Amino acid sequence: MLLSELKEGETGVIVRVGGNGALRRRILEMGIVKGTKIYVDKYAPLKDPLELIVKNYHISLRVEEAAQIMVEKLQQQD
Amino acid sequence: MSEKKVITIALAGNPNSGKTTIFNNITGTRQKVGNWPGVTVEKKEGLIQKFGYDLKIVDLPGTYSLTPYSIEEIVARDFVLEESPDVIIDIIDASNLERSLYLATQLREIDSKVLFALNMADIAISHETKIDSEKLSNLLDVPVVFTVGNKNEGMDDLLKEAIKLAESSPDKRENRNVKYSRDIENAISKIQDLIEEKAKDKINYKSRWTAIKLLEDDKIVKERFVEKAGAAGEEILEETGVLRKALLNSFDEDPEIVMTDDRYGFIAGIIKEVQTTTIKKRVDVSRNIDLVLTNRFIGFPIFIFFIWAMFQLTFTLGAYPMDWIESGVSLISSYAGSIVPESLFKDLLINGIIGGVGSVIVFLPNILILFFCIALFEDTGYMARAAFIMDKIMHLIGLHGKSFIPMLMGFGCNVPAIMATRTLESEKDRILTILITPFMSCSAKLPVYIVLAGTFFAAKAGNVIFSLYLLGILLSIISGRLFRSTLLKGIDAPFVMELPPYRVPMLRSLMIHMWDRSKMFLRRMGGVILVGSVIVWALSAFPRNVEYSADYSSEIDRANESFNIKIAAADEKDKELLKNERIAAIAEIEKAMNAEKTEKSYMGRIGKGISPVFEPLGIDWRGSVSLLTGFFAKEIVVSTLGVLYSTEGPDDKDALKNALRSSGMTPLSALSMMVFVLLYLPCFATIAMIRKETASFKWTAFSIIYSTTIAWIAAFCVFQGGKLLGFQ
Ligand SMILES: Nc1nc2c(ncn2[C@@H]2O[C@H](COP(=O)(O)OP(=O)(O)OP(=O)(O)O)[C@@H](O)[C@H]2O)c(=O)[nH]1
Ligand SMILES: [Mg+2]
Repeated sequence: MLLSELKEGETGVIVRVGGNGALRRRILEMGIVKGTKIYVDKYAPLKDPLELIVKNYHISLRVEEAAQIMVEKLQQQD
Repeated sequence: MSEKKVITIALAGNPNSGKTTIFNNITGTRQKVGNWPGVTVEKKEGLIQKFGYDLKIVDLPGTYSLTPYSIEEIVARDFVLEESPDVIIDIIDASNLERSLYLATQLREIDSKVLFALNMADIAISHETKIDSEKLSNLLDVPVVFTVGNKNEGMDDLLKEAIKLAESSPDKRENRNVKYSRDIENAISKIQDLIEEKAKDKINYKSRWTAIKLLEDDKIVKERFVEKAGAAGEEILEETGVLRKALLNSFDEDPEIVMTDDRYGFIAGIIKEVQTTTIKKRVDVSRNIDLVLTNRFIGFPIFIFFIWAMFQLTFTLGAYPMDWIESGVSLISSYAGSIVPESLFKDLLINGIIGGVGSVIVFLPNILILFFCIALFEDTGYMARAAFIMDKIMHLIGLHGKSFIPMLMGFGCNVPAIMATRTLESEKDRILTILITPFMSCSAKLPVYIVLAGTFFAAKAGNVIFSLYLLGILLSIISGRLFRSTLLKGIDAPFVMELPPYRVPMLRSLMIHMWDRSKMFLRRMGGVILVGSVIVWALSAFPRNVEYSADYSSEIDRANESFNIKIAAADEKDKELLKNERIAAIAEIEKAMNAEKTEKSYMGRIGKGISPVFEPLGIDWRGSVSLLTGFFAKEIVVSTLGVLYSTEGPDDKDALKNALRSSGMTPLSALSMMVFVLLYLPCFATIAMIRKETASFKWTAFSIIYSTTIAWIAAFCVFQGGKLLGFQ
C-alpha cells in the first residue's frame, strides 16, 4: 500500500520509493530507504502535509509525495 | 613565534546540528543560531589563535549530502570539495546519529581529514542512547569528540583534535570506506582504472572518489572533470555512461539510488555496533507539545493567536518604556532649548536632530519586543511548525511551507528575510518569495502604525495594527497566486522538511539577540535616520526668508495690545483667565505663521508638487513628503511627520498626536496612509538585497513598481470605499 494510505499512528516498512529526479534522491538521502520503518505521526490541520518519524527523527512530506512511497503496513505497534 | 601557516577548519554537517553554535563558541562571534533547518545560508569565517596556532574557522550552511539540493547547500559543498580545508569537522547531531552518518560517510570518501563532533550529547543522553565513540572512531578511523554546543562543552578537545589531525601526515590513516554492491564496486574499479590510466594527474581528488561521483552522475563533478581532463575525460564519461546503463538494467534502478541504499546498509551495520538504546517508552515532551500546537482543530487558531499576541504585546507592553523614553527626549529637548542661544543651529539641533531622531528612538522598546517574539519562534522550533501548518495554504500559491519562514522573518526585517529564501530549491520559488516578502510588514514600519493608529484609533490600535499585518499576508498570498499563474509559471515544488524537536530557548542567546538588535537600531539612529532627519529639517527650514501672506508679527503685537487693554480693565479674578487666553491667542498666530513657513519651504514645495498623486488617498502634502522620505528608511516617515506637523515645539510630548488630530487628518485617511505604508516600495536596503538575491535588474524594478502600484490601489479603495460607506 502507499504511505499516504496509512493513518495516523500506523507504522509501515518501506518497500519502494518512487518518483524521480532530485526530490526522490533527497528523500532517499534523508534515510527513507527500502526496509526502513516509518511511522505516521500526524497530518497537518489542513490534512496536508504529514509528519513522519523515520530513523528517530521527524520529517514532513506532502501527501502527494507520500503517495510515491510504497510501504507494507506493520500490524502490531510497539 | 615563527610565521605559521593558518590551519583552515571547516564546520560541516546536517542542518540544525549546531554548527553555528559551535562556531560562535570557538570564535566568540554571534552569528545567528535558530532551531530550524536552514538558519545559516552563507559561509562565515572567523580567525582565532589557540594553542599557539592560527586557526581559520569556517561555518557552513547545513547539508544532508554532498549532492546539493538548494543554493545554500551548494555553498557548503563547494567549500568542502573545492577549497580543500585542512580539516573538516563534521558536526553530528548525536541524537540523530543514523541519518547524520550519511553525510559523514560521504565526507569519509574524500581526501580531506575529517573529524566527528558528536554534538547534542546531552540530548542523546536524555534519550538514553549510548554511543560507543571509541568503536565509532575505530570503525571509520576518525577521531570522535563529544560536545554540547549550547553549554560550550568540549570545544577545547575538539580544537586540540583538529590541530592534531591537521599536523598528522596524510597517509597515516587508512580509510574505511563504504563497500557497495558487487556490481557497483566492479564498475567503480573499472572507472577508477580508466582514470588512473588516462587522466591520473588531472584530477584533484582520489581516483576512487572521482569514479564514485562519475558513476553517481554528479553534474558538478562531471563538468569539472571534463574541463580538466579534456578529450580523455569525455571518453571516460562515455564509458561511464555505458556502465551506468548496464547497472540500470541489472538493478532496474539508477546506480546512485542503489548506492544510497548501500550507504544506509553500511550505516545500519555501524549503528548496530556503536549505538545502544534502552528501549523504554519514554515521555517525549516535544511530541506532547506538538499534539497541541499542530493539533487538527486548534493548531491554526493557536498560530493566529501567537501572531496576534505578538503584535498586541509589542503595542501594549511597549507603551510603558516608550513613555519613559519620550519624557527623556522632551527633557533633553527643553534642556538644550534653554542653554543654546536662539540661532539656526538651535533650530537644527532641536527640530532637526532631537525632533527627528527623538521621534523614532522612542520605538526602540516596541521593536525589541517584536524581535524578541520572532526570536522565540525561531529558537523554540515553532518556526518549522509554522511552515508545517501553513504549507497547504502556501501550496495554493504554488509555494511551499518553507517559503513561509522568510515571510515570518520579514515581520522583523526584510533584508535577512530575503536572504533566507536561499533554502528554497527552485529558482522560481525563490523569486516568487522574494517578490511577496516585502508585503510582510517590517519592524521599521511599526512606528508609523503606532503613531497613526495610536492617535486615531486609541484603544483599538492593537487590533488595527494586527489587521494591517493580516492584510499584508493576504495581499502577498494573492500576489503570489497571480505571479504563479502568469510570470512565474512552474511546477509546484515538493515539500520536504525536517521538524526539529522543541527546545527551551537559551535566555542568554535571546538577550544577546536583543542586545545586538538594540545596537543595530541605535546605529541606524546615528546613521541613516540622523542624516535623513537633518535633510528633512534642512528642506523644511529653508529658504529662511519666506514672504508671508499676512504680517504675523504685527498681528501678534495687535493681539498683545488688545489683551493688555482688556486685562487692565478686568477685575482681579478675570485677569488670570485673560492672561491665559492671551498666551493661547498668540500661540495660535505663531502656529499659523510656522505652518505657512513650512508650506513655503523646499519641503513644502516638493510636497505640493506630489500631493495630487496622494489626494485621492486622503493624504495631504505633508503626508506625501513623509512617504517620499520613507524610501531611505521607513522610520523616517515618522520623523518627517514630526518635523512637518510639530509646529508647537517638540518638547510637548504629545505634540505630534495633537498636531495630527488638528491637521484635518481623519481616522479614515490615517488608515489609508497606513495601508499605503504597509505596501509601498521597500526601503533602500531591501531593494539592494532584492537586486543581489534575484541578480536581476528587471525583477528589482518590477518589485518596486508592483508594490507601489498595489499600495496606491489598496489605499484608494480604503479611502474612497470608506467614504462611500460613510466612515470618516
Ligand atoms: N540541547 C542542545 N541543543 C543544542 C546543542 N548545540 C546546539 N543546540 C541548539 O540547536 C539549535 C541549532 O543550532 P545552530 O547552531 O543554529 O545549528 P546549525 O547547524 O548552524 O543549523 P543551520 O545553520 O540551520 O544548518 C539551536 O537551537 C541551538 O541552541 C547541544 O549540544 N545541545
Ligand atoms: Mg548555522
